[in-house]
Amino acid sequence: MSTFKFVGKSLAYSIISLIGLSVLVFVLARVLPGNPARAALGPNAPPEAVQALMQQLHLNEPLYIQYWYWISGIFTGNWGLSLYTHRNVLLDVEQFFPATLELIIMAGIIDLLLAIPLGLLAGKMENTYVDNIIRVLTYIGIAIPSFVVAIFLQLIFGYGLHLFPIIGELSPGVTPPPRITGLYVIDGLLTGEFNVVVDAIWHLILPSFSLALGPLAQEARILRSAVVENKNSDFTLSEISHGLPDSIITTKYLLKPSLIPMITIYALDISSIIANAFLIEFIFNWPGISRYGLNAMLSKDLNGIIAVVMIAGVLFVIANTLVDVIIGYLDPRSREEVSD
Amino acid sequence: MDEKVSRKNLIKRIRNKYGRYWYRFKRNKLSIVGLGVLIALILMAILASLITPYPSNAGLYINLSQENLPPSLAHPFGTDMLGRDILTRIIFGLRYSFLLVGVVLSVTVIPGVVLGLIAGYYPKRWFSILIMRVADIFVAVPPLLLALSIASVLTPNITNAMFAVSLAWWPWYTRLVYTSTTSIRNEDFVRAAEVIGASPSHIMFSEIMPNLLGTILTKVSLDAGWVILIGAALSFVGLGAQEPTPDLGTMISEGAAYLPQVWWISIFPAIFIVIIILAFNLLGDGIKDMFSSSIR
Amino acid sequence: MVMENGKILEVKDLAVSYKVYEGILKVLRNVSFYVLKGEKIGIIGESGCGKTTSMKSIMRILPTNALLEGGEIYYKGKNILKISKKEMTYLRRHSISMIFQDPSTALNPVFKIGPQIYDIVKYSSDRRLTKSEIHELAISYLKQAALPEPERILDSYPFQLSGGMKQRVNIAMSLASANDLLIADEPGTSLDVTIEDQIMRLLKSIVEEKHLSIILISHALGTVRGFVDRIYVMYAGTIVEYGPTKSIFSNPLHPYTRLLIESVPKLMGKKIPEGIPGVVPSYLNPPLGCRFSTRCPFKMDICEREMPQVYEAEDGHFVACHLFRKEGS
Repeated sequence: MSTFKFVGKSLAYSIISLIGLSVLVFVLARVLPGNPARAALGPNAPPEAVQALMQQLHLNEPLYIQYWYWISGIFTGNWGLSLYTHRNVLLDVEQFFPATLELIIMAGIIDLLLAIPLGLLAGKMENTYVDNIIRVLTYIGIAIPSFVVAIFLQLIFGYGLHLFPIIGELSPGVTPPPRITGLYVIDGLLTGEFNVVVDAIWHLILPSFSLALGPLAQEARILRSAVVENKNSDFTLSEISHGLPDSIITTKYLLKPSLIPMITIYALDISSIIANAFLIEFIFNWPGISRYGLNAMLSKDLNGIIAVVMIAGVLFVIANTLVDVIIGYLDPRSREEVSD
Repeated sequence: MDEKVSRKNLIKRIRNKYGRYWYRFKRNKLSIVGLGVLIALILMAILASLITPYPSNAGLYINLSQENLPPSLAHPFGTDMLGRDILTRIIFGLRYSFLLVGVVLSVTVIPGVVLGLIAGYYPKRWFSILIMRVADIFVAVPPLLLALSIASVLTPNITNAMFAVSLAWWPWYTRLVYTSTTSIRNEDFVRAAEVIGASPSHIMFSEIMPNLLGTILTKVSLDAGWVILIGAALSFVGLGAQEPTPDLGTMISEGAAYLPQVWWISIFPAIFIVIIILAFNLLGDGIKDMFSSSIR
Repeated sequence: MVMENGKILEVKDLAVSYKVYEGILKVLRNVSFYVLKGEKIGIIGESGCGKTTSMKSIMRILPTNALLEGGEIYYKGKNILKISKKEMTYLRRHSISMIFQDPSTALNPVFKIGPQIYDIVKYSSDRRLTKSEIHELAISYLKQAALPEPERILDSYPFQLSGGMKQRVNIAMSLASANDLLIADEPGTSLDVTIEDQIMRLLKSIVEEKHLSIILISHALGTVRGFVDRIYVMYAGTIVEYGPTKSIFSNPLHPYTRLLIESVPKLMGKKIPEGIPGVVPSYLNPPLGCRFSTRCPFKMDICEREMPQVYEAEDGHFVACHLFRKEGS
């Protein structure tokens, strides 16, 4: 009940922030120098064409009217015209979003799957060579920008070892599964086209690992220090002195409290995964909303930019909410504090 | 011998209150490495025109007879598609990386901290609520994405990239300082200062602020790495520094087109970015140790 | 089962140090004590004198920076320090248990009491228990620890219970796994005086009912006076005096024990006692001789040079002090 209240409260704040964000991006886009219509049509376009486009995009009206047009459009399905694909931005989002969602979810899963065992192992084996190896790896993982990771991975596993594909979502010749969710792995599973599932996962590995490396390195470090702290705590010593098996203590009693600080920053790490997807999709030529958004940015397509920023904001809110729920489950004290 | 060293440390700590900080900092060897590497890189950046083999290659320079040469004695990191020496361009590129860090952090930290102090000291007033709500809006999207979108609506160049990163960065300091200030403002020493009639600005800057210094400095040094990363990302996608500016991110992105055969154009600048960020992170850990009371 | 003279536990010449950044902390030196079957002993000393370190050595839960530098710990005739991990786990499950000083840190904060005590009950049983058997046993242990509403306790998180209740839960948990020896490390120190008294009474009744041996640790002589059969007095990592409770109080021998007894404020006393001047010596460079020599009012030359041997002053009452050196030895 109180978890519910807590999540509801932070969700309400997030929605206010999102509305604020839409105003911010909108104002920035309109106030900052440069004529979007001119930018869209290029420097050689005739002035009449520029005027016509400005008329069409309501660029001659006052700012608050423009915002009103835009925000009411969001709820009626008219997300404005993309100057880059020349159609309703909503259609673009529908087409490109699933690929990005698939990539982000995969990165989020790889992140946790590696961060938890690494952090737990390093903490349990504090100050041994295993710990030191993991420490060096995590230091480097934090310091490498994800787009650099991507280039290295392409060089080594793609061009060098030919183990993984370098670009795209599916191999040439593999037909995408019938569209149900738009996520190839899920659609493939639903329709029983397992060759597509395998091919899709095979294509997902390098880009999602590029996205996950930095976050997982940071999380592993945080988990390690929590494990070290809890390992020497009275409650662990008490559990040992009651003769509980080491496996139960480590994977149950030690892991759960140690996960709390790690999961707290997981929301921020998801946010960095979302942001870095803009570069990773560009490098891996991934047909997602982030690559679309980057192209929109490079062609100053304001409707496209705003849509993409708002989607990222919504994803971030969802990630935060998810993390709140997980923390509520992990830490009973957090549930208690809110009800006061 | 050991005892002599520790006695020397002891005397130093008593004589100089900063000695204690230095003592804590240097206990972690990696922090020293981070500091040393950063000093070396900064010196290299400053002296770039003296120490690089081909200073003219830093700017607009084309020598197609030398294009895409692999690493050799004459060109330790090879040459790029226009025949420019990559080592030279990397060393000049360090200037832009450090410039970015310097500008972004100096224009974000001070306003960010001051706003956070004000909002934390008067947590119930309308302007505080306004400050924090606005900060919340800025942190509702990842900073890299915010910087990308701001940069995208501007003309792409270094100044605008700095502006974009700065705009995405300040609220994180405001939020950090706000949280700490709201808890510190109820401590006895703050109450005592209020009782004796100290002015709010005195309390904020002379009583509360010194307690936050450790947290802020740690964040600054860790953030320096992030700023470099974001700056490089902006240049990488073409929303930051433009050709012929020797910027590390731009160099990686230009070289990416020549992968995998001509790998040296991208890989060496990438390695340097990793080294700078790593050094800032190690320094940050050292600063954290310096202010951590749990370490004696 | 080999048990020397009915001793369930015998610690011989235990020496433990800690490796820290500044060097080696030489904490325990020549620590020897024993517990008879069904006997209640007390170990008394100021905080930081190595009581907890000694107990953690017995449970084999010393921190990773601890160095075991010598000594033997015989439990039912076997050297605990030499047995396998598996055998040690067996002992912890079925025979020995320890209650920690601060009940609020000794329970896992993110699990309800139920799962925590269930696991202990489950693993300390010789056979596979069914879920309802585990539950019944847990309830009965909680009841034995005088906890009202055991069902509600099982469904509570530690932070929802008071300090006294948490300590009772800890005691209930040790009921599952301590069938021979219970180690209680200042079980009431962090609680209110009245609660501490209740906890002590509870422990005493449990120990007597189940014929357990107990090592009761305390920093105050008064706490253990009505409880234990024999007392060991510890100072700076060494045992300075031990004997039957009665003779320790009626005839304290070691200067430290005497000062300790004198420093307790008395209800009818004319003046507030002064306490013991000076501080516990640093474990980094402890005195070569008697560790109390830096504070001892009766210090002699030899005290600074040599660690005193243990002398039997009266029947069963021993003291480690040069003042009691017998002629010719």
